Amino acid sequence: MSGLELGLTVPGRVSVAAVAQPGQVVGVIGPNGAGKSSLLRAVAGLVPSRGEVRVDDRGWSELPVRERDVGMAFQDQLLFPHLTALENVAFGPRNRGASRAAARSTAQDWLDRFGVGDLGRRKPRQLSGGQAQRVAIARALATDPRVLLLDEPFAGLDVGVAAGLRVELARHLASYDGVTLLVTHDAIDALTLADVVWVLEDGELAQVGPPREVAARPLTRHVARLVGLNVLRENGRFRSFSPSSVTVSPAEPAGSARHRWPGTVTSLAPHGDAVRILVTGEHELLADVTPAAVAELELAPGRHVWLSVKETAVDTYDAEREGD
Amino acid sequence: MPHNVPMSSTGARLGRPPLLLVVPAALGALLLVVPLVTLVADTPWGDVREQLSSTAVREALSLTVLASVVTVVMCLLLGTPLAWVLARVPFPGRSVVRAAVIVPLVLPPVVAGVALVTALGRNGTLGRLLDDWFGVTIPYTTTAVVIAHTFVSLPFYVLSVEGALRSAGEEYDAVAATLGADRWTTFRRVTLPLALPGVVAGSALAWARSLGEFGATITFAGNYPGTTQTMPSLIYTQLQSDPMVARTVSMVLLIVSILVLALLRNRWLTRP
Repeated sequence: MSGLELGLTVPGRVSVAAVAQPGQVVGVIGPNGAGKSSLLRAVAGLVPSRGEVRVDDRGWSELPVRERDVGMAFQDQLLFPHLTALENVAFGPRNRGASRAAARSTAQDWLDRFGVGDLGRRKPRQLSGGQAQRVAIARALATDPRVLLLDEPFAGLDVGVAAGLRVELARHLASYDGVTLLVTHDAIDALTLADVVWVLEDGELAQVGPPREVAARPLTRHVARLVGLNVLRENGRFRSFSPSSVTVSPAEPAGSARHRWPGTVTSLAPHGDAVRILVTGEHELLADVTPAAVAELELAPGRHVWLSVKETAVDTYDAEREGD
Repeated sequence: MPHNVPMSSTGARLGRPPLLLVVPAALGALLLVVPLVTLVADTPWGDVREQLSSTAVREALSLTVLASVVTVVMCLLLGTPLAWVLARVPFPGRSVVRAAVIVPLVLPPVVAGVALVTALGRNGTLGRLLDDWFGVTIPYTTTAVVIAHTFVSLPFYVLSVEGALRSAGEEYDAVAATLGADRWTTFRRVTLPLALPGVVAGSALAWARSLGEFGATITFAGNYPGTTQTMPSLIYTQLQSDPMVARTVSMVLLIVSILVLALLRNRWLTRP
C-alpha cells in the first residue's frame, strides 16, 4: 500500500503498530515521556529501532537517515545559525542533487509560500520565533519528502503567532500528498490540523480515531485533561462529563445526584466567565463554578468540598481498542 | 543587591577585605608582574635594532615563525579530524585515546623530547626503520623542530576544537542528515563552520605554545643555528654569552605573547 506503515519499537521508549494514508495528517498526542518524539526520530532513523517502517511500499528500516525521504521540523527549529534563511532552505535540495541556482530558487519559492520570502538574507538569530518556525517548516518541505515530521511546531511561540502559523500550516498540509506526523501537546492543534489522532501513553498507542471522536470520548486521562473533560474508568467502561455539569457543595449533597465524591481543592484558574477548580480526592476532577460561588463557598486551595454530577450529564462508553 | 552597584560600595557595606586574602593576593600579583617589568626596564632599547639584526637572531626568528606556522597547519590538518573523531565517533577505547592525546599537556617538555628520541631518534623504534628503508633521519633537522612543536601543541588544539564540536551540538548533524547530507558534507558545511571559534582559539593556543617551545625541541632537535635554533633556544644560548641580547630577544617574545593574548581576549575568550 502507499502511505506509511509502522510496526516499530524503540526499546524502552515507544512501540507503535499503525498505518497512515497518503495526504493524511496524524496528530500524535500524549503526556511528556509517552514516546512522541522518539516515534518521530525512529521514523527519521535518528534513533535505533526494531521492526518495520514502510513508506509507499518501500522498506526504510535498513536505510540511513539521509536516504529516508523525510522532512523534519524540530522542536527548537535548529536552523543552521551560520547560514541565511535562504541557505537553510536550499540546503536540502542541494544535497538531493539540485544545482546551486535551482536549489536557491526552490528555497525562495518555499519562503514565499510561507510569507517570509523577503527574509531570505537574514541569519536565524535575526528572525522572530514565528519567522524561524516558518523557515524551519519550509526547510523540511523543500526536499518534497514523502513523510513530514513536525515536532511541536508551535511550542515556544506566542499565542497569537501560533494561531496565525496554525492557519497557514493547515493550508499547506491540505495540499501536501505525503503523510504528516504532527507531535503536539495542544488539543487545538490536534483538533484543527489532524485527520486522525494517535494517542500515546507509556510508549504505546492508547487510542486511535478521528479528532472529534477522541475529544468527545477520550480513553486516557491526558486527553481528558487536554480537552477539559472529566473521565472516570469504572468496571472497564468509561464515564465522561464536562466540568460545567459538576455541582460543588460544602457538605455531602442529599439530592438525587448518583455520582458524588469528597475532595480537597488544589487549584483555581479563570476559565472563560467561570472559575475552573481542580479537586483531588479518590479522583482528580475539574469543576466550573461562577466567581460568585467561589466567594460564597470560600473556595481556596485546601478547602474540603463535595462534587456531584447528575447521571443524565454523564456519557458512558466502552474502550473500543483493537485487541482489547 | 543589584548588579550595577559599584564594587567599592559593596565592599564598604560588607566590610574591609581581610588581610589574610589581600596580602597573598598582592604577593602573587607581584611575583607575576615584577620580572616582566624589570625585563622591559632593563632592555637596552637604544641597541635593539643592532642586536636584532645579527645573523643568529634573524635565523632564529625566521625559524621560529616558520616552525610555528607549519605547526598550526599540522594541527589544522591532523588535529581537526582527530577532534572530530573524538567528539562524534563512538568507538571502543575512545576515552583511552582521549586521555593519551591529553597527556602531552602535562608532560614535562624535556620528557616529550626524550620520548620523541626514543621513537624517531637514529636508534629509535621508528627512526631506525626510516633510516634503513628510506635513508631518512629526523633528529637535529628542521623537520624534527616541527615534529616536536606539533607534539606539544596538538593537545591544546584538539582540546579546544573538541570542546567547540561538542558545544556546537550533534543535533545539527541530525538535521543535516534528514536533509540528505552525507557526513563529509555535514562536516564541511555545518560542523566545521559552527566550530570555527574553537578552531581559531585552538590555532592561537597552538601557535603560542609553539612560539615558546624549548625543552622538547632542544632535546629532540638540538640547538644548531640556522636549522634547529629557535628563539627560545637562542635566548638560552645567548644568556651564557651575551645576556643583553638574550633580554632583547626575550622582549620580542614577550611583545608577541601580549599581542596574542590581546587578540584572544578581544575576539574569542570573551563570550558575547
